[in-house]
Amino acid sequence: MKPATQLPDPRDGVRLLVLDAARARFSDATADELPRWLDPGDVLVVNDAATLPASLHGVTARGDPIELRLLGLPEGARARGVLLGAGDFHTRTEHRPPPPVLEPGAVLWFAELRAQVIARAALSPRLLELDFDREGEALLAALYRLGRPVQYAYHAVQLPLYAFQTVYGGRPWAAEMPSAGRPLSWSSLLALRARGVGVFALTHAAGLSATGDPAIDAALPLPERFEIPETTAAAVARAHAAGARVVAVGTTVVRALEGSAALHGGALQAGTAETDLILDHGSPRRVVDGLLTGMHEPSESHFRLLSAFAPGELLASAHAHAASAGYLSHEFGDSMLILAAPAARSLARPRSGSRRVAAATAGLLAARWG
Amino acid sequence: MIHRKSVLVTGGSRGLGRALGRVLARGGCRVVLVARELEPLAQAVAEIRAEGGEAHAIAADVADKDAVYAVAGQAAALVGPIDVLVHNASTLGPTPLRLLLDTECEQLERVLQMNLVGPFRLTKALVGPMALRGSGLVVHVSSDAAIEAYPRWGAYGVSKAALDHLGRSFAAELAGTGVRFVSIDPGEMDTAMHAAAMPEADPSTLAQPELIAARIARLIAEPERLQSGARVSAAELPP
Repeated sequence: MKPATQLPDPRDGVRLLVLDAARARFSDATADELPRWLDPGDVLVVNDAATLPASLHGVTARGDPIELRLLGLPEGARARGVLLGAGDFHTRTEHRPPPPVLEPGAVLWFAELRAQVIARAALSPRLLELDFDREGEALLAALYRLGRPVQYAYHAVQLPLYAFQTVYGGRPWAAEMPSAGRPLSWSSLLALRARGVGVFALTHAAGLSATGDPAIDAALPLPERFEIPETTAAAVARAHAAGARVVAVGTTVVRALEGSAALHGGALQAGTAETDLILDHGSPRRVVDGLLTGMHEPSESHFRLLSAFAPGELLASAHAHAASAGYLSHEFGDSMLILAAPAARSLARPRSGSRRVAAATAGLLAARWG
Repeated sequence: MIHRKSVLVTGGSRGLGRALGRVLARGGCRVVLVARELEPLAQAVAEIRAEGGEAHAIAADVADKDAVYAVAGQAAALVGPIDVLVHNASTLGPTPLRLLLDTECEQLERVLQMNLVGPFRLTKALVGPMALRGSGLVVHVSSDAAIEAYPRWGAYGVSKAALDHLGRSFAAELAGTGVRFVSIDPGEMDTAMHAAAMPEADPSTLAQPELIAARIARLIAEPERLQSGARVSAAELPP
């Protein structure tokens, strides 16, 4: 599948492959037709995280060029990020030279913005915790002036920050755009609401999708923070009680909703937590009955998550159709809506073998930093 | 209820914007002031903080396309999702004010960028999240010149008339979402902008911006008093 290299205009004009898992069939549509695939009472949950200018180019104290890709918004003067070697997004991340190995105490310069390495993760010495020389307004002003949105090599030119925003994103938590929601226009969202489909938000700190560091890439997605408002938790509960569907926009929303349920004995609960939940075909789905997502290759970790919603054979034939029909992949590409039958939702208790969900950012992850 | 609302005010370093930031912060709002020049902006923020209020400065030009998402992102990082957006920044165009036939096309373009297109962009960035949450208010600071055609006020008047209609159009499109739009004509005030437009005016005959700001703050506290899309003059609002 080819990556989309142009910004689609209108944003809801991209193609939409609709997979109905219950009927074991799929069909072609466009993203602006989404409302007709959902029923009154269904609830669509979006990730309202706005995309940060998370890529910062700078130099080490010795003058070696580096790129820092932040994992999220700094807290005070502290931030976490992944270090990449010389070059920029024009080179595929896995072909970038490795950055110099930095010890705690090492200094990085991004123009006049200074950062000091505080700690390195056990996972990789390129995964750093940094202390900037300023915080609050001054740090934000510097990041938004110096930072660029994270991009990959399939784009020929540097794109502006606004290209990487959904129409409803407001909270600057995302290192990369929660791109499944990019094809949603306000025209579609208002049509959904007019049809009686609830549109609700949560915030999930979507992380990096690739870094070029094999150890980090094998561990992606890293644990990510999310916040579920009371209104969204209540809307999900109402939909379930009425036998209606809960459709997640993007894998980040699936991780937040199922991560919260896994954390609270199977029931979704409002609040803030962190999850490293990874769903696959063996995972019980406790909350989410459908997924709007981008087009993913079977080799990607995202694809594994899709198998929690539809049988592998159906996914494989849908993917083969999309590839031959010229569907486009990546953040400006085409979309897929997977609807699992609501009855398929498992009400099972959490399995003891399911992956850990940490309740706080200060948990196990922090302990792994040295 | 105005307490703890997050409010972004453009043109927040001087005149009405500065006064409005101060009044809102006194009411317990979390205020973000945006203006081009950092120094007067930092003074306006310091003034509010000295009174125990919460205020933050973002130095940016609202007419700069690339600044819009930077402003929206920084503001939300500082005070959380924005509840109220006040489009107060504006430019008269070249002063002394000129007849339209003496106005360069580029000067009209600049006025429209600052007074119309900039607000449109910032609204696009901030109103999506408001509509998703189901509440929000956008205030357009308008002018008598949006209604009456005064010689030499053409560029400014055209931009303000368009801004009023932008608010009405948004209100029509977003009816039922919980996001409201209102245009307010503040009337003649004793500000640097007024002095630039009408240097011969006697300041003692002009309203103090603090007085107008207090009226606008009351409307922000109870936006349901007006229909979305309405245009009012500050003189009609209760003091």
